[in-house]
Amino acid sequence: MRNPLADKVVDIPFSGIRKFFDIVSEMPDAISLGVGEPDFDTPWHIRDEGIYSLEKGRTFYTSNAGLKELKMEVANYLKRKQGLEYDFQKEILITVGGSEAIDIGMRVMLNPGEEVLIPQPSYVSYEPCVTLAGGVPVIINLKQENEFRLTAQELLDAITDKTKILVLPFPNNPTGAILEEKDLQEIARVCIEKDIFVMSDEIYAELTYKEKHISIAQMPGMQERTILINGFSKAYAMTGWRLGYACGPADIIEQMLKVHQYAIMCAPTTSQYAAVEALKNGDEDVREMREAYNQRRRYLVHAFREMGLDCFEPFGAFYIFPSIQEFGMSSDDFATRLLMEEKVAVVPGTAFGACGEGFLRISYAYSLENLKIAIGRIQNFVERLRKEKQ
Amino acid sequence: MREQLLRIIEKNSRIDLKELAVILGVEEADIIEELQKCEQEGVICGYHTMIDWDKVGVEKVSALIEVRVTPQRGQGFDKIAERIYKYPEVNAVYLISGGYDLLVSLEGKTLREVSAFVSDKLSTLDTVISTATHFILKKYKDHGTILEKKYEDTREKVTP
Repeated sequence: MRNPLADKVVDIPFSGIRKFFDIVSEMPDAISLGVGEPDFDTPWHIRDEGIYSLEKGRTFYTSNAGLKELKMEVANYLKRKQGLEYDFQKEILITVGGSEAIDIGMRVMLNPGEEVLIPQPSYVSYEPCVTLAGGVPVIINLKQENEFRLTAQELLDAITDKTKILVLPFPNNPTGAILEEKDLQEIARVCIEKDIFVMSDEIYAELTYKEKHISIAQMPGMQERTILINGFSKAYAMTGWRLGYACGPADIIEQMLKVHQYAIMCAPTTSQYAAVEALKNGDEDVREMREAYNQRRRYLVHAFREMGLDCFEPFGAFYIFPSIQEFGMSSDDFATRLLMEEKVAVVPGTAFGACGEGFLRISYAYSLENLKIAIGRIQNFVERLRKEKQ
Repeated sequence: MREQLLRIIEKNSRIDLKELAVILGVEEADIIEELQKCEQEGVICGYHTMIDWDKVGVEKVSALIEVRVTPQRGQGFDKIAERIYKYPEVNAVYLISGGYDLLVSLEGKTLREVSAFVSDKLSTLDTVISTATHFILKKYKDHGTILEKKYEDTREKVTP
């Protein structure tokens, strides 16, 4: 029989997270700090709206680009939160999570051999999506000394005459890093000068703990060259609803709509009705969840520093990214031993790019009570390692 | 800081002060000072414990009583409300809008004890026109806390 598989796909490695998932699943008493989704339930009024839509028999496809009402609410939301103006008829596409938007965005923009700059550590799907779309991923290794921000110089150094897109994954999973206005201004200057498009993954936009999130699209001259991706998963604790959106120039969105139409048809109808409610009446829920995350964030940063582990203060998402370089072990070895000896699951930084070596991603999408127990165990482990070294 | 502090201790009044300081990003001394201020100003009116007495096996009967009264000249409802809330078995008294005037929340050891309170004490007050007693059969949620349900983390254990 012939090989049924495509080399392009087979050559893509599985996510580094899989290995841990397999082990942790077999350990019922393990505490996991490895989850990349909120611990809150979707607020009841949002769920209720989804249930209501089912009761009313709204069980059919919506238009390909999404419910008109939802697209209008997305436009209102971006205007209200970020002062961005998008035409809901031509510049907004409702997708199956932010993930789909990343995928089809790459597919409609890349010709074979064109390069996409991907700052790492970052979410696991950019690189494979670029490869599958026929593009060439080019990694920019972010540095702890810059608090894992992307600098204009790092960007300049990575640009070639084949560079077409810059992925901007901030607030960042796994580091918790954010970009502020001055960072964005400099990046915007380079993008305009070098004629580069930006795919800005702002799924964690609502979860920042310093100043309000700013989008690269807000920088002068950038909206016309930016695909802004956001969604409902993180802000409204709606991961399982699979709903996101892409906003951008009409000619790009039009082509994304075409791929979306052929590949997906439309995003889930029930989720779209629930999302309308989220955008209309969810601000207070978001505020409450943000405050809870912020308390846990302060607790964890404090706890890791008390342990003497190097940890920059992250101001976004719900992760901290402490360094374990003092132990001279790989992230993978550290995480494996921590899991085996203390039954705490964390994700090695290397799951998010080679430059995550020496770091761990710790999620604080857990109750404080849970975090306290985990911290106690990590402390035991760290003390044991330090004794071993002596 | 005050609002956040109050939100936290409203849910968990036993939280450690050091921990409060860490999660709010302030000094412990500031927390202590703010709590004292809140107590002095009567913003914090007490620290209580929520108990599900059913699980202890202690019999308790709770009732909500609708009371219609004749307001008194010059004193409105306040005087009669005071006469009612001074009984220690009365948990709460609210003046409310709608079909009746006062809502009285009552706790007693037995059905008989609650009935006796209503018939002997409450109904016999001059200004009370009528009462309607509703016994509570089951508490699902109290003080924002769901009593039966335990939190269960049903998420996949490791996700990107």
